[in-house]
Order: sequence, then structure tokens, then C-alpha cells
Amino acid sequence: MRSILLLPLGNVDPEIVAGLHAPLAYTFHAEVVEGDCDIDLEQFFDAQRVQYNSTEIIQHISTNHVPAFPVIDERSASLKILAVSAEDLFIPILTYVFGEAELGGRVSLVSYHRLQPQRYGLSADSQLLVSRLKKEAFHELGHSYGLVHCSRLQCVMHTSTYVEDIDLKGESFCGDCSMHLRLPR
Amino acid sequence: MNKREIRIMIVDDELIVRDSLTKWFREDGYRVEAAESSAAALKKLQTGSCSLMLVDIKMPGMDGIELLERVKEIDKNVIVIIITAFASVDTAVKALKQGAYDYITKPIDPDYLDHVVEKALMQHELTLENVRLREVVSELSGATEIIGDSPEIKKVLELVQTVAPNDTTVMIRGESGTGKELVARAIHNGSPRRYFPIVTVNCGAMTETLLESELFGHERGAFTGAQYRRKGKVELADGGTLFLDEVGNIDTKTQMDLLRVIESKQFTRVGGTEVLKSDFRVICATNRDLEEAVKEGSFREDLYYRLNVFTIEMPPLRGRRGDVAKLAHHFLEKYARQMSKDVRSFSPDAMHTLKAYDWPGNVRELENAVERAMVVAQGQTIERQHLPLHTLSAQREEGKRLSDIERHHIEEVLRETAWNISRSAAILDIDRVTLYHKIEKYGLKREQ
Repeated sequence: MRSILLLPLGNVDPEIVAGLHAPLAYTFHAEVVEGDCDIDLEQFFDAQRVQYNSTEIIQHISTNHVPAFPVIDERSASLKILAVSAEDLFIPILTYVFGEAELGGRVSLVSYHRLQPQRYGLSADSQLLVSRLKKEAFHELGHSYGLVHCSRLQCVMHTSTYVEDIDLKGESFCGDCSMHLRLPR
Repeated sequence: MNKREIRIMIVDDELIVRDSLTKWFREDGYRVEAAESSAAALKKLQTGSCSLMLVDIKMPGMDGIELLERVKEIDKNVIVIIITAFASVDTAVKALKQGAYDYITKPIDPDYLDHVVEKALMQHELTLENVRLREVVSELSGATEIIGDSPEIKKVLELVQTVAPNDTTVMIRGESGTGKELVARAIHNGSPRRYFPIVTVNCGAMTETLLESELFGHERGAFTGAQYRRKGKVELADGGTLFLDEVGNIDTKTQMDLLRVIESKQFTRVGGTEVLKSDFRVICATNRDLEEAVKEGSFREDLYYRLNVFTIEMPPLRGRRGDVAKLAHHFLEKYARQMSKDVRSFSPDAMHTLKAYDWPGNVRELENAVERAMVVAQGQTIERQHLPLHTLSAQREEGKRLSDIERHHIEEVLRETAWNISRSAAILDIDRVTLYHKIEKYGLKREQ
């Protein structure tokens, strides 16, 4: 059985993270556990851009925290870690990202900062926010399991650079991507 | 577009940029490579081309613009997108002038990056498809149908190959029916203008006013019956080739107009005032003795020198008898297909007749003779009696002439001695100089 470790970062809303447990367990046929680590996100803050460097956060978790999680020894070596943040993320060459993952690696990261409807002048909608976060979490974990972007518009692995793109795609993997993940359909 | 087959190269001296972009495009399914300098990028290109390169403009050593130039020299189809930290109009213009597809500024909006790369790759795919299609068209249209492997026709084909890629004016000379238009088409098909039309004007078949209108076009109402504006052949040949057949038959007034157009590439439609431009190459053909026409004053000397830059002489069919069999078989296959007839060969007697005839109408006459024979032939073989009567009687008459017997005998002796001139002269009991004269007189050539 797969294992996914959810890792809340900074002042992330615990309820939002809790809302990811069941969908992740169901979609990936995985045991989902929530970890705890005390990472000071300020070290990844870029004052000029007023954003957090997601690549450095992932590298930091990979280098400093992964070996410390006892769950790795107890569970299978295929454990994946999904860090969840509330901050605005960037990778140096791009203006922003919703999330990032090591392709075929262990650690991935998503943020719901740019997924909140109120950021775009709309009223808060927790249901919509959870739906978007679920899709982004599935998407980044898909990369962790080795999937690349999918050309099918409905597949959750379809690339999305705007929230509108996220809303347009589905919450599940297409046949080919499911087969790659060895998920029962 | 199969992304797994698309190779993208990131060239940037900053590791973080290389890593970020590599990761970004790998997640998209592309094959990505990264190079830390222009030199490293050029080295990687030696191991295989890539479809798209994202190149940082500012790098130590060779900068992005210089790399762009070098890459375009190696493979002009590679799409290069320049990345700049600060967008300046000067840099952008310079990059675009050097052939960059676009430029993007750091940090890049992810949506814009995806959009610009996808658009560029789509263009790359269309460009490659276009190249492939051009090759196919070129292959198909490149079939010149100049049949034969005699030394005379091989020399013509060599000249065609030499002159085709240049923009030189070509004059093709030869008797009627020798295939001058085929040579003109072969030159056009081998030239960079082959994707544009070759427009033929049969100068011999038109009156003075008609030819003028045919060449330069006319405006509405220019003359009685000119109800619509019409483009002339010079205008239609823009970008391509203007083939002037029977150029020796052009009247003196049109000769003057033509000379002006060839020199200035500008013209005016009949009845019009607007000066129009056309970029065309001239190939002309004639069976007239133009030097004599110049002496007589019926052909302008200046036009003669303008047209007579590179000359190709088409040999008459009787001067390349070795090609008769090949040509005859070619026409047999052509008409067998057209007429859906199962005619496969010539009887030895029929072939002997074809080879013996002098073919004053050249290849065209041979083609007509084979076509006629195909119509009357019943079985799978063309017999002697299927051939037109004049070829049969000519053969009989030809065989009776004293000169034919002498030519035939000299040919035989030369063949026996493997063209040893001294031995042949001894057998024939004539001196070597006389033998040389006779070889020249009868147009005898050693078979390869």
C-alpha cells in the first residue's frame, strides 16, 4: 500500500489540510498520515518579490527533514511527502507557481494562496478552494509518481497556469495516467 | 505533436534558471537538456539538433545573440527564444533581426511561457512539414523526362545542372521537336525559383499586338475586346521563370519592349500607365540562326547579347541515335498506360526501322510515331507495319544511298578495331586525316 505524508507548513489552516486526507487516500489508494515539522519559512522569503521560493523549500525538506521522519523506516520506501502552504510561491525564473514537485521524487509542495477566490475580487468559497487544492495536490503528487502533463483537458494532470484552468479540469486521472499510477479504475 | 520527441535546450549560466526551466518542461513531457554556456550548447548540438532553445542573452564568453547567430548557421529551423533580465527595445530588436522567434523577460509568467513555447513549436512543426512537402514536390516535379544516356544528352544534363541554381539567362538552341521546353523546365525545377511558376510564351504563334498583350497584359478598354484587365505572362512569372519559346520570331517592336523589361524588370500593361515590377528569370529557346538574323537586322543585337548568356545546344535525334530505343520504350510505356493497352515491346524489325530513320521532326516525331503504332497494334508487340509509312520508305531510301553505305562500312571497321584510328585507316586504305574527316562528316561517335 502507498503512503503519503501530509506536511502542513507555516500558518496553514489545519482544517484545509484535514480536508485533503480522505480524497488523497481514496484517489491514490494510500495510507495518509499527517506529519509535523518546524520549518521556518522566512528563510525562503524573497523580500523583493514578496514571495516564497518553492524550490528551496522542497530542497530543504528533502535534505533536512526526510531522514528525520520515522515513518520512512516503518512504511515502504515509496512514501511521498506533500507539503501544504498558505504562502505565495515562486520558482526563480517564473512569476509564481501553484505548486512544485520533484518529478519521480519524494517531495512535492502546494499552496492555496493563489487558489482563494477572494484573491480575484470574489467572495470566499471554501468548497471551491478545497476543490482547487485537491486538484493541485493530486497534480503535484502525480508528478512525484512520475507523471508528466497530460494533453487531455479533463485529466487532473493537464497543465494549469491560471485558476480558471484548474476549475476547467476534472478531479481525477485519465485512463492512461491511472494506468501509469496503477490505479484501479 | 508528440512532446517526447521534442528536444528543448536551456542555455543559461545561472544554475537555478537551468534547473527551474528544465523541471518545468520535463513536467510537460519534453526532452530537456541544459547548457551552462554558449560553447557547451554548441557542443551539445553536435550530438543532435533540437527543436527549440531558450537562451539567456547575457552570459560570460559568447553571449546569447552570438549563440543565436551560430545556431542559425548550423540549423536555421531551430527556434530560439531569448531570455533577458531587462527588456530593452534595442536588445529585442537585435535578437529578432538575428532570427530569434521571440524574447521573454525574467521572471516569466508561466502561462506566457507555455503559450509562447507551444506556439513556437507549432510553427517549428509546420516549417518542417513545409520542408518535407517541398522535398516531395521537388522530387515529383523534378522528373524532367529528358530520356537518354547518350554522351550528347549527358552533356546537356550536365549543363542543366550547372546553370540551374544560378539566375543566369539561358538560351536553348536546337531543331524543332528536340525537347527544348523540357530542358527549360529541368532548369526551372533545379533552380531556387522552382516553387514559383514557369510561364511559357510561344512567341512564334502570335501577332505583334497579341504578343505584346500576352507578355505585358492589358488594362480594361486598352483595345477592342479588352473587356477586363488581364495580367500578362511577365507579371505571372513573378518569382519564377519566363520561358520565351521561339524567341527568334518576335517582331522588332516587341524585341525592344522585351529588352527593356528584361533589364529593368519593370513594365506597363498595354493601355496602362502604372509601372509594375516583376522578378523573373529568362530562359529562351529558338531554332533560328540568330546570328544570321542579327546580321540581317531582323533581330536586335542588344537583345541577342542579353539573351545569349549561357547556351545549351539540343542535339537532333539523328545525332544521338543511341537514345532512340530508350525513348521509344519510354513512349511505349507512356501510351500503354494512357490507352490501357497491354503492348509491351517492339519487334526487332520495328526497332531496326526506328533506329535507321533520320527523324527530321526529332523526339516529337518519334513520340507521334509510337503513339500511332500503339493505336493500330493489336497484340503485345509493335511490328514494323504498325509504324508510319514514311519511316519505312525512308529506311529503304536511306539504305540505298552511297554515303549511307560508306558511313555504315566505316562504322563497322571502327567497331572491329575498337576505334583504333591507325588500324582502321589501314584497313580502309585511306590516310588517318581522311578518316578523321569522314568521322566528322558522318557524325560518328564511339559508343561508351
